[in-house]
Amino acid sequence: MVVDKIENGIVLDHIKAGNAMALYRYLNLDELDCSVAIIKNVKSRKMGKKDIIKIDSMIDINLDVLGYFDENITVNIIRGGERAEKKHLSLPREIVNIVKCKNPRCITSTEQELDHIFRLTDPQRRVYRCAYCDSAGGNAGGNV
Amino acid sequence: MRHVLNITDLSVSEIDSLIATAMDIIGNREKYQDICRRKKLATLFFEPSTRTRLSFEAAMLELGGSVIGFSSASSSSSSKGESVSDTVKVVSYYADIIAMRHPKEGAPVAASAVSGVPIINAGDGGHNHPTQTLADLLTIHREKGRFNDLTVGFCGDLKFGRTVHSLVSALSRYCGINLVFISPDELKIPQYIITDIVNKNHMPYIETRDMESVMPTLDILYMTRVQGERFFNEADYVRLKDYYILTPDKLAAAKPDMCVMHPLPRVNEISRTIDSDPRACYFKQVENGKYMRMALIMMLLGLTPEI
Repeated sequence: MVVDKIENGIVLDHIKAGNAMALYRYLNLDELDCSVAIIKNVKSRKMGKKDIIKIDSMIDINLDVLGYFDENITVNIIRGGERAEKKHLSLPREIVNIVKCKNPRCITSTEQELDHIFRLTDPQRRVYRCAYCDSAGGNAGGNV
Repeated sequence: MRHVLNITDLSVSEIDSLIATAMDIIGNREKYQDICRRKKLATLFFEPSTRTRLSFEAAMLELGGSVIGFSSASSSSSSKGESVSDTVKVVSYYADIIAMRHPKEGAPVAASAVSGVPIINAGDGGHNHPTQTLADLLTIHREKGRFNDLTVGFCGDLKFGRTVHSLVSALSRYCGINLVFISPDELKIPQYIITDIVNKNHMPYIETRDMESVMPTLDILYMTRVQGERFFNEADYVRLKDYYILTPDKLAAAKPDMCVMHPLPRVNEISRTIDSDPRACYFKQVENGKYMRMALIMMLLGLTPEI
């Protein structure tokens, strides 16, 4: 199967196989006018299988969102058909308005204008907790 | 701006300093009687409270300051739909310091983001209650003389018991603390307290439903009330509310110098016949709470007595 290379845009590589569609929704890529290719189950020496997303436009990607989703994803910036930059991600220390607190006793459940803020409290277990009530926001990655 | 929303917002040395100030207040009341003159404390209680609100108000009055505020959400603008943030922002123009209680967890965090004056969390839902913990720590200091090498049993509603969560956090910073969590399965200590505080600080702990089997091992027994207002299901509350009742029979197996503590109010969980036992410390906690709140108000306002 052949997918054309892009001239200027972004390639999200090393996405865990099966997660590309969720990431597509998570990053609101459906709102873009440009071409977006989702390539699933690509053979990978490192991962066995992986997904790739190619975006045929230079858009702003929220790296915190991406890092929270899966810090193993690599972000390749393509200019003039060549890779100009490769970004590695890390788990963000804080995420704002990416996940909502599910604790019905949390102040964010009644005060709609408050930002939903989660902070990384356990990097090893990838646990984020609500900045208001300390409830777990689930483990990062695969919890979308 | 300095706020106290969680007991860990205070360092161990600051807690030591607050205890030293409280002990000095106990011995030298007149030295502190005008220290907060012309200062105003706002008590914003969006949830009913007797002792915490009155303790804050008594503390400020004994420091020579004044008190404004409200004692229920229905008598504040929140009944008109005003947000906590807006209420606190407005009140911070009227007062020098705010003590707030709110039924929603994390409300003081939201308040602290907009307040121009120090916020003290006077209890937020089942989450935190740092000034009760200060009262508890002064009581332990006065009764046991140490914070190290203690076996502390927590009994009752450990799931929604904010005073339990705060005291476990506070004790996690001392050495040789053994924790015994006594509760029905439905009211067990939250897992995040175990993973983020107990395990992280390598604190030995056991969980049990059986109060009597662990009684002889305890230096402190911290009883809690099963709080009806935290349940969404009335039937669950009725089933669990009298799960533990401390009676003289059960206390007979305890060490002669064990402290029985309780943040109050109690319902049935401690028999009235225990009030006269020298091991009953729960009314001492009430008194100690006022002194620690006095010390905390002074610290947050940057005030020290003239010597």
